[in-house]
Amino acid sequence: MNAHPAQQEAHFRYVLRLGDTSLVLGQRLGEWVGHAPALEEDLGLANLALDLIGQARLLLTYAGELEGRGRDEDALAFLRDAPEFANLTLAEQPNGDFGQTIVRQWLLDAWQLEIYEGLLVSADARLGAIAAKALKETRYHHRFSSGWLMRLGDGTEESHDRAQGALDSLWRFTAELFARDDVDERMQAAAIAPALMELAPRWSARIDEDLRAATLKRPAAQPYPWHGRRGVHTEHLGHMLTEMQHLQRTYPGVRW
Amino acid sequence: MIEPEAAAGREQLIWTLLAEVPDPEIPVLSIVDLGIVRHVRQEADGRLHVGITPTYTGCPATEVIRIAVRAALDAGGHADAVLEEVLSPPWTSEWLTSAAHAKLKAFGIAPPEEPAPRVTCPRCGSRASERVSEFGSTPCKAHYRCGACQEPFDYFKCL
Repeated sequence: MNAHPAQQEAHFRYVLRLGDTSLVLGQRLGEWVGHAPALEEDLGLANLALDLIGQARLLLTYAGELEGRGRDEDALAFLRDAPEFANLTLAEQPNGDFGQTIVRQWLLDAWQLEIYEGLLVSADARLGAIAAKALKETRYHHRFSSGWLMRLGDGTEESHDRAQGALDSLWRFTAELFARDDVDERMQAAAIAPALMELAPRWSARIDEDLRAATLKRPAAQPYPWHGRRGVHTEHLGHMLTEMQHLQRTYPGVRW
Repeated sequence: MIEPEAAAGREQLIWTLLAEVPDPEIPVLSIVDLGIVRHVRQEADGRLHVGITPTYTGCPATEVIRIAVRAALDAGGHADAVLEEVLSPPWTSEWLTSAAHAKLKAFGIAPPEEPAPRVTCPRCGSRASERVSEFGSTPCKAHYRCGACQEPFDYFKCL
């Protein structure tokens, strides 16, 4: 399946992108611990963060094996600089207020639902097994985020305006979610990855359905300059990494 | 070459051994009760292979369980047994044994019920409960409150 070096490289990149998106989003959610509006939501966000980091561990471990250069999950998570990270730009956006965190989460939950579902029939059995495991968790992540989206959107005037504002400011990053490049095309041709073109309308339909329930308006498409998946990030990722990687950077090779 | 009966006997021995390993977060349950142990089998390489699966991908107990299983195998004289992670099929709360359901209830945690718009209170048995939060103190539990006896309780979620 992976005789060709370019194919092997694309396979590594594809799994790395998925792993990085889960890792970065999980780290962001972890920043809420001790700060959420209520204890229940604090626990909820921490639980989501745990699942995402669990998924990232499985994906990054696998990516390291595909790469074949001896990097394990920790080397990939803690010893790369921002331009080497391949997460979706949306995942690295700052937490903002609770509404902004929920909108970001919901947009990505809906994306992961489609990707993981598509990966269930992947020619790569290991990736399919990780997706099957992650999909079960993503379903309740989406239940959590869409439930909150509805309460905020259809809540008070203040919560509605903040949720709509978050949506308006984050929407531009959704352009990247289903944008294809050579990595996606190679993986799709090898039946490892699902066809993004087929997933996009399903994501869109789910988004519209949730927005209707939340009485929020879908913003217009906007021009898009970043491509986190190719290492072109907003300034926020670097700041996040300085905190996330601090211990390994300061004490290289430190262990518990 | 190990005789099939001898292999089966050794496999049974391991199952018994692992039934004594408690879950670190819900210690009334063993990892066998939870359905975490997926297989114990003698393989062609002449070694025993023990497969365990995580409940939730990020469950911090997974690592502790792996260490505990290794220690139990080593202490039981099975240091050559191979411990392997199984991801597929993904763990489901349906793998909890009926003994696990009874133990959870006795411990004050409502066992998983499907479908469960109303969860039965493990203390008074009332179904007039309400969900406080889908997320509790561990990934596998949700937080509930009983409308009859007013006590809060944990519910072991369906996954």
